[in-house]
Amino acid sequence: MSLGAHLRFLVTALLLAVAVGFAQPGEAQQVNPTADSVKEQQFLDALKANPSAELRGRVTIPDAKSATLERPAGREWRAFHQGTMTKVGAVAVLGTLIAVVAFYLFRGRIRLESGPSGQRLTRFNGFERFVHWLTAACFIVLALSGLNVTFGKSLLLPLVGPEAFTAVSTVAKWAHNYLAWPFMLGVALMFLVWIKDNIPGMVDIRWFLAGGGIVGKGHPAAKRFNGGQKALFWIVVVGGAALAVSGINLLFPAEAGGVLNLQFWNMLHGIVGVLMVATILGHIYIGTIGMEGAFDAMGSGEVDLNWAKAHHSLWVADEMRKGDVHGGKLQPAE
Amino acid sequence: MARMKFLCDADRCIECNACVTACKNENDVPWGINRRRVVTINDGKPGERSVSMACMHCTDAPCAAVCPVDCFYTTADAVVLHNKDLCIGCGYCFYACPFGAPQYPKVSNFGSRGKMDKCTYCSGGPEADLSPAEFQKYGSNRLAEGKLPLCAEMCSTKSLLAGDGEMIAQIYKERVVKRGYGSGAWGWQTAYRETIAI
Repeated sequence: MSLGAHLRFLVTALLLAVAVGFAQPGEAQQVNPTADSVKEQQFLDALKANPSAELRGRVTIPDAKSATLERPAGREWRAFHQGTMTKVGAVAVLGTLIAVVAFYLFRGRIRLESGPSGQRLTRFNGFERFVHWLTAACFIVLALSGLNVTFGKSLLLPLVGPEAFTAVSTVAKWAHNYLAWPFMLGVALMFLVWIKDNIPGMVDIRWFLAGGGIVGKGHPAAKRFNGGQKALFWIVVVGGAALAVSGINLLFPAEAGGVLNLQFWNMLHGIVGVLMVATILGHIYIGTIGMEGAFDAMGSGEVDLNWAKAHHSLWVADEMRKGDVHGGKLQPAE
Repeated sequence: MARMKFLCDADRCIECNACVTACKNENDVPWGINRRRVVTINDGKPGERSVSMACMHCTDAPCAAVCPVDCFYTTADAVVLHNKDLCIGCGYCFYACPFGAPQYPKVSNFGSRGKMDKCTYCSGGPEADLSPAEFQKYGSNRLAEGKLPLCAEMCSTKSLLAGDGEMIAQIYKERVVKRGYGSGAWGWQTAYRETIAI
Protein backbone atom coordinates (compact mmCIF):
# COMPACT_ATOMS: atom_id res chain seq x y z
CA MET A 1 0.00 0.00 0.00
CA SER A 2 1.29 3.49 -0.88
CA LEU A 3 1.67 6.31 1.57
CA GLY A 4 -1.39 8.01 0.01
CA ALA A 5 -3.51 4.95 0.54
CA HIS A 6 -2.38 4.75 4.19
CA LEU A 7 -3.33 8.39 4.74
CA ARG A 8 -6.75 7.93 3.11
CA PHE A 9 -7.43 4.93 5.38
CA LEU A 10 -6.36 6.86 8.51
CA VAL A 11 -8.54 9.88 7.67
CA THR A 12 -11.53 7.67 6.94
CA ALA A 13 -11.04 5.85 10.25
CA LEU A 14 -10.76 9.13 12.16
CA LEU A 15 -13.90 10.51 10.54
CA LEU A 16 -15.75 7.34 11.42
CA ALA A 17 -14.56 7.51 15.01
CA VAL A 18 -15.61 11.15 15.31
CA ALA A 19 -18.97 10.38 13.76
CA VAL A 20 -19.55 7.54 16.24
CA GLY A 21 -18.31 9.74 19.09
CA PHE A 22 -20.85 12.44 18.26
CA ALA A 23 -23.63 9.97 17.79
CA GLN A 24 -23.24 8.26 21.20
CA PRO A 25 -24.13 11.09 23.61
CA GLY A 26 -27.17 11.81 21.50
CA GLU A 27 -28.44 8.25 21.93
CA ALA A 28 -27.66 8.19 25.66
CA GLN A 29 -29.92 11.15 26.32
CA GLN A 30 -32.89 9.13 25.10
CA VAL A 31 -32.21 6.25 27.50
CA ASN A 32 -34.42 6.29 30.57
CA PRO A 33 -32.32 4.67 33.30
CA THR A 34 -35.42 3.75 35.24
CA ALA A 35 -37.42 2.35 32.32
CA ASP A 36 -37.37 -1.19 33.67
CA SER A 37 -36.77 -0.41 37.34
CA VAL A 38 -39.05 -1.95 39.93
CA LYS A 39 -41.75 0.46 41.05
CA GLU A 40 -43.75 0.28 44.23
CA GLN A 41 -46.99 0.69 42.30
CA GLN A 42 -46.41 -2.64 40.49
CA PHE A 43 -46.22 -4.38 43.84
CA LEU A 44 -49.33 -2.66 45.14
CA ASP A 45 -51.20 -3.64 41.96
CA ALA A 46 -50.07 -7.25 42.38
CA LEU A 47 -51.42 -7.17 45.92
CA LYS A 48 -54.95 -6.69 44.63
CA ALA A 49 -54.84 -10.25 43.27
CA ASN A 50 -52.96 -11.75 46.23
CA PRO A 51 -53.37 -9.75 49.44
CA SER A 52 -50.87 -11.86 51.37
CA ALA A 53 -48.01 -11.14 48.95
CA GLU A 54 -44.74 -9.85 50.36
CA LEU A 55 -42.21 -7.63 48.63
CA ARG A 56 -38.89 -9.31 49.34
CA GLY A 57 -35.38 -8.41 48.32
CA ARG A 58 -31.85 -9.08 49.50
CA VAL A 59 -30.23 -7.69 52.64
CA THR A 60 -26.61 -7.75 53.68
CA ILE A 61 -27.36 -8.15 57.40
CA PRO A 62 -27.75 -11.68 58.81
CA ASP A 63 -31.41 -11.25 59.84
CA ALA A 64 -33.13 -12.93 56.87
CA LYS A 65 -36.63 -11.81 57.81
CA SER A 66 -35.59 -8.17 57.41
CA ALA A 67 -35.35 -8.84 53.65
CA THR A 68 -39.12 -8.29 53.46
CA LEU A 69 -39.52 -4.68 52.47
CA GLU A 70 -43.31 -4.46 52.66
CA ARG A 71 -45.99 -6.84 53.86
CA PRO A 72 -49.39 -5.16 53.89
CA ALA A 73 -51.06 -8.44 55.02
CA GLY A 74 -50.72 -7.13 58.55
CA ARG A 75 -53.66 -4.90 57.71
CA GLU A 76 -56.00 -7.91 57.36
CA TRP A 77 -54.72 -9.39 60.60
CA ARG A 78 -55.28 -6.06 62.32
CA ALA A 79 -58.84 -5.93 60.99
CA PHE A 80 -59.37 -9.47 62.27
CA HIS A 81 -57.90 -8.78 65.69
CA GLN A 82 -59.71 -5.49 66.22
CA GLY A 83 -62.99 -6.60 64.65
CA THR A 84 -63.82 -10.28 64.20
CA MET A 85 -61.84 -11.51 67.19
CA THR A 86 -63.39 -8.98 69.56
CA LYS A 87 -66.91 -9.61 68.25
CA VAL A 88 -66.70 -13.41 68.25
CA GLY A 89 -65.09 -13.35 71.70
CA ALA A 90 -67.68 -11.01 73.20
CA VAL A 91 -70.63 -12.87 71.66
CA ALA A 92 -69.28 -16.29 72.64
CA VAL A 93 -68.44 -15.44 76.26
CA LEU A 94 -71.22 -12.96 77.07
CA GLY A 95 -73.74 -14.92 75.00
CA THR A 96 -73.00 -18.12 76.93
CA LEU A 97 -73.19 -16.31 80.26
CA ILE A 98 -76.55 -14.78 79.33
CA ALA A 99 -77.82 -18.13 78.02
CA VAL A 100 -76.76 -19.89 81.23
CA VAL A 101 -78.42 -17.28 83.45
CA ALA A 102 -81.57 -17.33 81.31
CA PHE A 103 -81.62 -21.13 81.45
CA TYR A 104 -81.25 -21.06 85.23
CA LEU A 105 -84.11 -18.58 85.59
CA PHE A 106 -86.33 -20.47 83.16
CA ARG A 107 -85.57 -24.11 83.97
CA GLY A 108 -84.04 -23.76 87.43
CA ARG A 109 -81.75 -26.34 88.99
CA ILE A 110 -82.22 -29.82 87.56
CA ARG A 111 -83.34 -31.73 90.64
CA LEU A 112 -82.96 -35.37 91.47
CA GLU A 113 -86.66 -36.30 91.27
CA SER A 114 -86.41 -39.55 93.20
CA GLY A 115 -84.30 -38.07 96.01
CA PRO A 116 -81.05 -39.61 97.30
CA SER A 117 -81.00 -43.37 97.72
CA GLY A 118 -78.29 -43.42 100.36
CA GLN A 119 -76.26 -45.85 98.25
CA ARG A 120 -73.20 -44.50 96.49
CA LEU A 121 -71.33 -45.55 93.41
CA THR A 122 -67.78 -44.71 92.31
CA ARG A 123 -67.95 -42.69 89.11
CA PHE A 124 -64.42 -41.27 88.75
CA ASN A 125 -61.37 -42.68 90.49
CA GLY A 126 -58.59 -40.59 91.96
CA PHE A 127 -56.48 -40.52 88.80
CA GLU A 128 -59.41 -39.48 86.62
CA ARG A 129 -60.24 -36.66 89.02
CA PHE A 130 -56.60 -35.58 89.18
CA VAL A 131 -56.44 -35.40 85.37
CA HIS A 132 -59.71 -33.45 85.23
CA TRP A 133 -58.71 -30.90 87.85
CA LEU A 134 -55.19 -30.51 86.47
CA THR A 135 -56.67 -29.61 83.08
CA ALA A 136 -59.44 -27.52 84.62
CA ALA A 137 -57.15 -25.43 86.84
CA CYS A 138 -54.77 -24.77 83.96
CA PHE A 139 -57.65 -23.94 81.63
CA ILE A 140 -59.10 -21.32 83.96
CA VAL A 141 -55.77 -19.49 84.20
CA LEU A 142 -55.14 -19.89 80.46
CA ALA A 143 -58.63 -18.61 79.65
CA LEU A 144 -58.38 -15.53 81.86
CA SER A 145 -54.86 -14.66 80.70
CA GLY A 146 -55.89 -15.26 77.10
CA LEU A 147 -59.01 -13.09 77.33
CA ASN A 148 -56.81 -10.40 78.88
CA VAL A 149 -54.85 -10.11 75.63
CA THR A 150 -57.97 -9.21 73.66
CA PHE A 151 -60.22 -7.56 76.24
CA GLY A 152 -57.91 -6.40 79.04
CA LYS A 153 -57.08 -3.17 77.22
CA SER A 154 -60.70 -2.04 77.24
CA LEU A 155 -61.91 -3.66 80.48
CA LEU A 156 -59.06 -3.85 83.00
CA LEU A 157 -56.64 -1.14 81.85
CA PRO A 158 -59.00 1.80 82.56
CA LEU A 159 -59.64 0.42 86.06
CA VAL A 160 -56.10 -0.22 87.29
CA GLY A 161 -53.93 2.11 85.20
CA PRO A 162 -51.11 1.32 82.74
CA GLU A 163 -48.36 0.26 85.20
CA ALA A 164 -50.54 -2.18 87.15
CA PHE A 165 -52.05 -3.50 83.94
CA THR A 166 -48.61 -4.21 82.49
CA ALA A 167 -47.64 -6.00 85.71
CA VAL A 168 -50.77 -8.14 85.54
CA SER A 169 -50.33 -8.79 81.82
CA THR A 170 -46.68 -9.79 82.25
CA VAL A 171 -47.58 -12.34 84.93
CA ALA A 172 -50.51 -13.46 82.77
CA LYS A 173 -48.18 -14.00 79.82
CA TRP A 174 -45.76 -16.09 81.90
CA ALA A 175 -48.64 -18.08 83.34
CA HIS A 176 -50.06 -18.64 79.85
CA ASN A 177 -46.68 -19.79 78.50
CA TYR A 178 -45.91 -22.16 81.37
CA LEU A 179 -49.35 -23.57 82.24
CA ALA A 180 -49.86 -24.44 78.57
CA TRP A 181 -47.66 -27.52 79.13
CA PRO A 182 -49.57 -29.15 82.02
CA PHE A 183 -52.77 -28.27 80.14
CA MET A 184 -51.59 -30.15 77.07
CA LEU A 185 -50.57 -33.08 79.27
CA GLY A 186 -54.02 -33.01 80.89
CA VAL A 187 -55.86 -33.06 77.56
CA ALA A 188 -53.66 -35.90 76.31
CA LEU A 189 -54.32 -37.94 79.47
CA MET A 190 -58.08 -37.26 79.34
CA PHE A 191 -58.06 -38.48 75.75
CA LEU A 192 -56.33 -41.73 76.75
CA VAL A 193 -58.37 -42.32 79.89
CA TRP A 194 -61.83 -41.58 78.49
CA ILE A 195 -61.65 -42.39 74.77
CA LYS A 196 -63.10 -45.89 75.36
CA ASP A 197 -66.27 -44.39 76.88
CA ASN A 198 -66.67 -41.65 74.27
CA ILE A 199 -67.20 -43.49 70.99
CA PRO A 200 -70.45 -42.03 69.62
CA GLY A 201 -73.31 -44.45 68.99
CA MET A 202 -77.05 -44.70 68.30
CA VAL A 203 -77.86 -44.25 71.97
CA ASP A 204 -76.30 -40.78 71.78
CA ILE A 205 -78.41 -39.79 68.80
CA ARG A 206 -81.52 -40.91 70.70
CA TRP A 207 -80.25 -38.96 73.71
CA PHE A 208 -79.97 -35.78 71.65
CA LEU A 209 -83.36 -36.36 69.97
CA ALA A 210 -84.96 -36.72 73.41
CA GLY A 211 -83.51 -33.35 74.44
CA GLY A 212 -80.92 -34.85 76.75
CA GLY A 213 -83.08 -34.50 79.81
CA ILE A 214 -82.36 -30.80 79.71
CA VAL A 215 -85.44 -29.82 77.75
CA GLY A 216 -88.57 -31.85 78.12
CA LYS A 217 -89.38 -34.45 80.73
CA GLY A 218 -87.62 -37.62 81.74
CA HIS A 219 -84.08 -38.83 81.21
CA PRO A 220 -83.08 -40.58 78.01
CA ALA A 221 -80.90 -43.63 78.45
CA ALA A 222 -77.14 -43.07 78.51
CA LYS A 223 -74.00 -45.08 79.06
CA ARG A 224 -71.07 -43.85 81.17
CA PHE A 225 -71.08 -40.61 79.20
CA ASN A 226 -74.21 -39.22 77.59
CA GLY A 227 -74.35 -37.54 74.19
CA GLY A 228 -73.67 -34.10 75.62
CA GLN A 229 -70.67 -35.31 77.57
CA LYS A 230 -69.28 -37.08 74.53
CA ALA A 231 -69.68 -33.87 72.54
CA LEU A 232 -67.80 -32.03 75.28
CA PHE A 233 -65.08 -34.69 75.27
CA TRP A 234 -64.50 -34.30 71.54
CA ILE A 235 -64.66 -30.49 71.70
CA VAL A 236 -61.99 -30.55 74.42
CA VAL A 237 -59.80 -33.07 72.60
CA VAL A 238 -60.04 -31.47 69.15
CA GLY A 239 -60.09 -27.90 70.46
CA GLY A 240 -57.25 -28.67 72.87
CA ALA A 241 -55.19 -30.15 70.04
CA ALA A 242 -55.82 -27.06 67.88
CA LEU A 243 -54.84 -24.80 70.78
CA ALA A 244 -51.73 -26.90 71.40
CA VAL A 245 -50.49 -26.88 67.80
CA SER A 246 -51.18 -23.17 67.28
CA GLY A 247 -49.87 -22.32 70.75
CA ILE A 248 -46.58 -24.14 70.28
CA ASN A 249 -46.04 -22.26 67.02
CA LEU A 250 -46.78 -18.95 68.75
CA LEU A 251 -44.50 -19.90 71.63
CA PHE A 252 -41.55 -20.45 69.29
CA PRO A 253 -41.98 -17.59 66.82
CA ALA A 254 -38.53 -18.02 65.32
CA GLU A 255 -39.40 -21.57 64.21
CA ALA A 256 -42.93 -20.81 62.96
CA GLY A 257 -41.78 -19.99 59.43
CA GLY A 258 -42.59 -16.32 59.00
CA VAL A 259 -45.07 -13.76 60.18
CA LEU A 260 -47.86 -14.89 57.83
CA ASN A 261 -47.86 -18.27 59.60
CA LEU A 262 -47.85 -16.53 62.96
CA GLN A 263 -50.86 -14.46 61.91
CA PHE A 264 -52.71 -17.65 60.92
CA TRP A 265 -51.86 -19.48 64.16
CA ASN A 266 -52.84 -16.42 66.15
CA MET A 267 -56.28 -16.25 64.51
CA LEU A 268 -56.87 -19.98 65.00
CA HIS A 269 -55.70 -19.83 68.63
CA GLY A 270 -57.94 -16.86 69.43
CA ILE A 271 -61.14 -18.17 67.85
CA VAL A 272 -60.77 -21.75 69.17
CA GLY A 273 -59.84 -20.28 72.56
CA VAL A 274 -62.99 -18.18 72.99
CA LEU A 275 -65.21 -21.02 71.69
CA MET A 276 -63.63 -23.31 74.29
CA VAL A 277 -64.22 -20.72 77.00
CA ALA A 278 -67.88 -20.55 75.97
CA THR A 279 -68.19 -24.36 75.99
CA ILE A 280 -66.51 -24.71 79.37
CA LEU A 281 -68.73 -22.01 80.89
CA GLY A 282 -71.71 -24.21 80.02
CA HIS A 283 -69.86 -27.25 81.39
CA ILE A 284 -69.09 -25.48 84.68
CA TYR A 285 -72.72 -24.44 85.03
CA ILE A 286 -74.21 -27.89 84.50
CA GLY A 287 -71.54 -29.48 86.70
CA THR A 288 -72.17 -27.20 89.67
CA ILE A 289 -75.32 -25.17 90.26
CA GLY A 290 -77.10 -26.42 87.15
CA MET A 291 -77.72 -29.97 88.31
CA GLU A 292 -78.20 -31.48 91.71
CA GLY A 293 -75.71 -34.24 92.46
CA ALA A 294 -73.52 -33.65 89.40
CA PHE A 295 -70.57 -32.11 91.23
CA ASP A 296 -70.07 -35.19 93.39
CA ALA A 297 -68.84 -37.10 90.35
CA MET A 298 -65.71 -34.93 90.10
CA GLY A 299 -65.70 -33.83 93.75
CA SER A 300 -65.70 -36.94 95.91
CA GLY A 301 -65.78 -39.20 92.88
CA GLU A 302 -68.86 -40.98 94.20
CA VAL A 303 -72.41 -40.35 93.02
CA ASP A 304 -75.76 -41.33 94.45
CA LEU A 305 -77.24 -44.46 92.91
CA ASN A 306 -80.52 -42.70 92.09
CA TRP A 307 -78.65 -39.89 90.35
CA ALA A 308 -76.66 -42.41 88.34
CA LYS A 309 -79.84 -44.33 87.44
CA ALA A 310 -81.52 -41.16 86.24
CA HIS A 311 -78.65 -39.82 84.16
CA HIS A 312 -76.61 -42.87 83.16
CA SER A 313 -79.06 -45.80 83.25
CA LEU A 314 -77.09 -48.09 80.94
CA TRP A 315 -73.84 -47.44 82.81
CA VAL A 316 -75.49 -48.29 86.14
CA ALA A 317 -76.84 -51.50 84.66
CA ASP A 318 -73.30 -52.42 83.56
CA GLU A 319 -71.86 -51.58 86.97
CA MET A 320 -74.54 -53.62 88.72
CA ARG A 321 -73.70 -56.59 86.53
CA LYS A 322 -69.98 -56.28 87.20
CA GLY A 323 -70.51 -55.51 90.85
CA ASP A 324 -67.66 -53.00 90.94
CA VAL A 325 -65.92 -50.31 88.94
CA HIS A 326 -62.31 -49.25 89.23
CA GLY A 327 -62.12 -51.24 92.44
CA GLY A 328 -64.94 -49.29 94.12
CA LYS A 329 -67.82 -51.47 95.38
CA LEU A 330 -71.42 -50.33 95.47
CA GLN A 331 -71.71 -49.38 99.08
CA PRO A 332 -74.14 -47.74 101.47
CA ALA A 333 -73.40 -44.16 102.45
CA GLU A 334 -72.08 -43.71 105.95
CA MET B 1 -45.82 21.13 64.50
CA ALA B 2 -44.44 19.16 61.65
CA ARG B 3 -45.69 15.81 60.39
CA MET B 4 -42.41 13.89 60.37
CA LYS B 5 -41.90 11.26 57.66
CA PHE B 6 -39.15 9.25 56.00
CA LEU B 7 -38.74 9.15 52.22
CA CYS B 8 -36.23 6.93 50.44
CA ASP B 9 -35.46 8.03 46.89
CA ALA B 10 -34.58 4.58 45.55
CA ASP B 11 -33.09 6.06 42.37
CA ARG B 12 -30.36 7.62 44.51
CA CYS B 13 -29.72 4.84 47.03
CA ILE B 14 -26.37 3.14 46.40
CA GLU B 15 -26.85 0.45 49.08
CA CYS B 16 -23.87 1.67 51.10
CA ASN B 17 -25.64 0.69 54.35
CA ALA B 18 -24.23 3.74 56.12
CA CYS B 19 -27.72 4.58 57.43
CA VAL B 20 -27.87 1.11 59.01
CA THR B 21 -24.50 1.54 60.68
CA ALA B 22 -25.14 5.13 61.75
CA CYS B 23 -28.44 4.11 63.38
CA LYS B 24 -26.88 1.23 65.28
CA ASN B 25 -24.07 3.43 66.52
CA GLU B 26 -26.11 6.52 67.36
CA ASN B 27 -28.77 4.63 69.30
CA ASP B 28 -26.63 1.87 70.81
CA VAL B 29 -29.09 -0.63 69.31
CA PRO B 30 -29.11 -4.06 71.03
CA TRP B 31 -27.17 -6.95 69.53
CA GLY B 32 -29.06 -8.74 66.78
CA ILE B 33 -31.43 -5.85 66.09
CA ASN B 34 -31.32 -3.46 63.16
CA ARG B 35 -33.78 -0.61 63.39
CA ARG B 36 -33.02 0.28 59.78
CA ARG B 37 -31.98 -1.96 56.89
CA VAL B 38 -31.39 -1.59 53.16
CA VAL B 39 -33.34 -4.01 50.97
CA THR B 40 -32.23 -4.54 47.36
CA ILE B 41 -35.01 -5.52 44.97
CA ASN B 42 -34.29 -7.24 41.65
CA ASP B 43 -30.74 -7.74 42.86
CA GLY B 44 -28.33 -8.18 39.95
CA LYS B 45 -31.02 -7.64 37.32
CA PRO B 46 -31.68 -4.59 35.15
CA GLY B 47 -33.69 -2.04 37.08
CA GLU B 48 -32.32 -3.14 40.46
CA ARG B 49 -33.21 -0.67 43.20
CA SER B 50 -32.29 -0.44 46.88
CA VAL B 51 -34.60 0.98 49.50
CA SER B 52 -33.63 1.95 53.03
CA MET B 53 -36.48 0.97 55.34
CA ALA B 54 -37.28 1.39 59.03
CA CYS B 55 -40.40 2.22 61.02
CA MET B 56 -42.39 4.60 58.80
CA HIS B 57 -44.25 6.18 61.72
CA CYS B 58 -47.59 5.43 60.10
CA THR B 59 -50.73 7.48 60.18
CA ASP B 60 -53.24 5.41 62.20
CA ALA B 61 -50.40 3.04 63.13
CA PRO B 62 -51.35 -0.68 63.08
CA CYS B 63 -48.90 -1.48 65.91
CA ALA B 64 -50.63 0.98 68.23
CA ALA B 65 -54.08 -0.34 67.29
CA VAL B 66 -53.34 -3.98 68.11
CA CYS B 67 -51.11 -3.52 71.19
CA PRO B 68 -52.84 -5.37 74.06
CA VAL B 69 -51.32 -3.11 76.71
CA ASP B 70 -51.66 0.18 74.79
CA CYS B 71 -47.96 1.06 75.12
CA PHE B 72 -47.75 3.16 71.91
CA TYR B 73 -48.22 6.90 71.62
CA THR B 74 -47.82 9.47 68.87
CA THR B 75 -45.78 12.60 69.57
CA ALA B 76 -46.70 16.14 68.54
CA ASP B 77 -44.38 15.62 65.55
CA ALA B 78 -46.45 12.56 64.55
CA VAL B 79 -43.64 10.17 65.49
CA VAL B 80 -44.91 6.77 66.70
CA LEU B 81 -43.12 5.82 69.93
CA HIS B 82 -43.64 3.15 72.57
CA ASN B 83 -43.08 2.73 76.28
CA LYS B 84 -40.75 -0.18 77.05
CA ASP B 85 -41.83 -0.17 80.69
CA LEU B 86 -45.34 -1.10 79.56
CA CYS B 87 -44.44 -3.46 76.68
CA ILE B 88 -44.93 -7.16 77.52
CA GLY B 89 -43.20 -8.53 74.40
CA CYS B 90 -46.29 -10.28 72.99
CA GLY B 91 -45.35 -9.80 69.33
CA TYR B 92 -48.68 -8.39 68.14
CA CYS B 93 -47.12 -5.21 66.73
CA PHE B 94 -44.81 -7.44 64.68
CA TYR B 95 -47.81 -9.34 63.26
CA ALA B 96 -49.50 -6.08 62.28
CA CYS B 97 -46.57 -4.00 60.99
CA PRO B 98 -46.34 -3.81 57.16
CA PHE B 99 -42.63 -2.90 57.30
CA GLY B 100 -41.27 -5.46 59.76
CA ALA B 101 -40.11 -2.67 62.07
CA PRO B 102 -40.74 -4.15 65.56
CA GLN B 103 -38.03 -6.52 66.74
CA TYR B 104 -37.42 -8.31 70.00
CA PRO B 105 -34.28 -9.28 71.87
CA LYS B 106 -34.49 -13.00 72.67
CA VAL B 107 -34.49 -12.85 76.43
CA SER B 108 -37.89 -14.14 77.52
CA ASN B 109 -38.96 -17.68 78.45
CA PHE B 110 -38.60 -20.37 75.76
CA GLY B 111 -36.25 -18.01 73.90
CA SER B 112 -39.23 -15.92 72.84
CA ARG B 113 -39.55 -12.18 72.89
CA GLY B 114 -38.27 -9.52 75.24
CA LYS B 115 -39.42 -5.92 75.10
CA MET B 116 -39.94 -4.62 71.58
CA ASP B 117 -37.38 -2.33 69.96
CA LYS B 118 -37.89 -0.22 66.87
CA CYS B 119 -36.85 3.02 65.18
CA THR B 120 -37.72 6.04 67.32
CA TYR B 121 -37.08 8.61 64.59
CA CYS B 122 -34.11 9.55 66.82
CA SER B 123 -36.54 11.01 69.33
CA GLY B 124 -36.11 8.79 72.39
CA GLY B 125 -39.04 7.68 74.49
CA PRO B 126 -41.37 8.71 77.29
CA GLU B 127 -38.52 9.41 79.76
CA ALA B 128 -37.24 12.97 80.29
CA ASP B 129 -35.60 14.30 77.11
CA LEU B 130 -31.86 13.47 76.86
CA SER B 131 -31.83 11.66 80.22
CA PRO B 132 -29.54 8.62 80.69
CA ALA B 133 -32.62 6.43 81.25
CA GLU B 134 -34.03 7.52 77.90
CA PHE B 135 -30.76 6.79 76.10
CA GLN B 136 -30.39 3.41 77.77
CA LYS B 137 -33.87 2.24 76.69
CA TYR B 138 -34.47 4.01 73.40
CA GLY B 139 -31.21 5.59 72.24
CA SER B 140 -30.57 9.08 71.04
CA ASN B 141 -33.03 11.97 71.11
CA ARG B 142 -31.81 14.15 68.28
CA LEU B 143 -35.18 15.79 67.76
CA ALA B 144 -34.92 17.27 71.27
CA GLU B 145 -31.57 18.76 70.17
CA GLY B 146 -33.18 20.26 67.08
CA LYS B 147 -31.63 17.71 64.73
CA LEU B 148 -33.15 15.19 62.33
CA PRO B 149 -32.59 11.39 62.47
CA LEU B 150 -28.94 10.54 61.85
CA CYS B 151 -29.62 7.96 59.13
CA ALA B 152 -31.06 10.63 56.84
CA GLU B 153 -28.74 13.41 57.97
CA MET B 154 -25.60 11.54 56.96
CA CYS B 155 -26.93 9.83 53.80
CA SER B 156 -24.14 10.44 51.29
CA THR B 157 -26.40 10.64 48.22
CA LYS B 158 -29.25 12.33 50.08
CA SER B 159 -31.39 9.41 49.04
CA LEU B 160 -32.93 9.02 52.48
CA LEU B 161 -34.86 12.12 53.48
CA ALA B 162 -36.33 12.85 56.90
CA GLY B 163 -38.34 15.86 57.94
CA ASP B 164 -41.74 17.38 57.57
CA GLY B 165 -43.76 15.33 55.07
CA GLU B 166 -44.70 18.21 52.82
CA MET B 167 -41.14 19.51 52.69
CA ILE B 168 -39.50 16.20 51.77
CA ALA B 169 -42.28 15.46 49.29
CA GLN B 170 -41.50 18.78 47.61
CA ILE B 171 -37.78 17.95 47.41
CA TYR B 172 -38.57 14.56 45.90
CA LYS B 173 -41.03 16.06 43.43
CA GLU B 174 -38.45 18.57 42.19
CA ARG B 175 -35.89 15.80 41.74
CA VAL B 176 -38.27 13.65 39.72
CA VAL B 177 -39.30 16.56 37.51
CA LYS B 178 -35.69 17.57 36.89
CA ARG B 179 -34.28 14.13 36.12
CA GLY B 180 -37.42 12.85 34.45
CA TYR B 181 -38.02 9.61 36.41
CA GLY B 182 -38.66 8.23 39.84
CA SER B 183 -39.57 4.80 41.20
CA GLY B 184 -41.91 6.23 43.82
CA ALA B 185 -42.03 7.13 47.48
CA TRP B 186 -41.62 3.62 48.87
CA GLY B 187 -44.05 2.73 51.62
CA TRP B 188 -45.98 5.98 51.56
CA GLN B 189 -49.24 4.50 50.33
CA THR B 190 -49.07 1.78 52.95
CA ALA B 191 -47.95 4.02 55.80
CA TYR B 192 -49.71 7.31 55.09
CA ARG B 193 -52.42 6.28 52.60
CA GLU B 194 -51.11 8.86 50.18
CA THR B 195 -48.50 9.10 47.49
CA ILE B 196 -46.56 11.95 45.91
CA ALA B 197 -48.27 13.11 42.74
CA ILE B 198 -45.73 14.35 40.23
